[in-house]
Amino acid sequence: MSDKTVDRLASNTPVRVARKIKGLSDRAIAWIFVGPTIFLLLAINIFPLIWTINLSFTNFKANRLNREVEYIGLRNYERILGDSDIWLSMQATAHFLFWTLFFQVLIGFALAWLINRKFRGNDLWTTIIVLPMMLSPAVVGNFWTFLYQPQIGLFNYVVTFFTGGDPSGFEMLGSVDLAPWAIVIVDTWMWTPFVMLICLAGLRSIPDYIYEAAEIDRASKLRQFFTITIPMVLPFLMLAVLFRGIENFKMFDLVVQLTGGGPGSTTEMASINLKREAFEKWRTGYSSAFAIILFVTVFGLASIYVKALNKVKER
Amino acid sequence: MTRFFKGLFTFRRGPWEMLATLLIAVGVFMLMQPFVLWAYTYSFIVTLIGTVMFIVVSHFPEQE
Repeated sequence: MSDKTVDRLASNTPVRVARKIKGLSDRAIAWIFVGPTIFLLLAINIFPLIWTINLSFTNFKANRLNREVEYIGLRNYERILGDSDIWLSMQATAHFLFWTLFFQVLIGFALAWLINRKFRGNDLWTTIIVLPMMLSPAVVGNFWTFLYQPQIGLFNYVVTFFTGGDPSGFEMLGSVDLAPWAIVIVDTWMWTPFVMLICLAGLRSIPDYIYEAAEIDRASKLRQFFTITIPMVLPFLMLAVLFRGIENFKMFDLVVQLTGGGPGSTTEMASINLKREAFEKWRTGYSSAFAIILFVTVFGLASIYVKALNKVKER
Repeated sequence: MTRFFKGLFTFRRGPWEMLATLLIAVGVFMLMQPFVLWAYTYSFIVTLIGTVMFIVVSHFPEQE
């Protein structure tokens, strides 16, 4: 805004309002600006959290609003932490979390390392690799469902092209053994570019003179990789692991679209189980307690990662 | 090791944060492990203690 415009706006401000504003301290004006944001944060994040904690100690059911709500203490927590079905869903989440992080970090870092080498068409390849990340999880879930079709799906044909056998001889989404891997493959396909981008930012932040100094010291390429590249990319990599770890712990949409938690409950993640408890069985108090358990776990994990990240940064 | 225990007794941030981190890690492992149900049962309380401890001890003074 030019000075003239500002002057014109100031002269148009009613005298009473101008006098009121003039009387405010800098601190008060700052609060006026920050206030709406804090209010929104309290209303959208903090209040629901406190309300959920409150509900987790009750037997409230959201589909029976007229029923009297009783405080039942820690009974919801006791039930959840003794429920073998929820324990199984936690194991399914752990399997998904571990393997997606493993593959995404491995492939993402390798891709970033390759893309970082200057070659012709570098930008085009980066754009092509990044494409899956830009798609909606619902769309990705849908078209991978078609790719996994035993009769018409491309996936089975590609696999049997290399391994031999009948393409319709196995079902990725219908098999108890293969379904957990099917969702790992799709999530890896979709989110590896994200890890790659973060690693690429890390690789590009390493100044060339460090490698030049290493060359003068006659350090081998392998030694340069382990003593320069890896330590300097590590904070970025940890950030990627933190983001993907938290996201995958809450994974819902992609898995619902692909398997719906099946076959049986082999791919029923904690979040899918939570949704079933909350909006199919309408056990609101119980599901609130479950949500709090998941929240504390994610919060704890995030604390560890932030601490590790700070430590690496200090180094 | 002596430094670690000295930090614990004098309420320094580093060792206490390490302890809280260890508790969180053990709690999360207990929650997701496929071996014994009792570990799953007690996982939440371990994670909760670790997380609350982490928030509190991150305000402790740094170790010299």
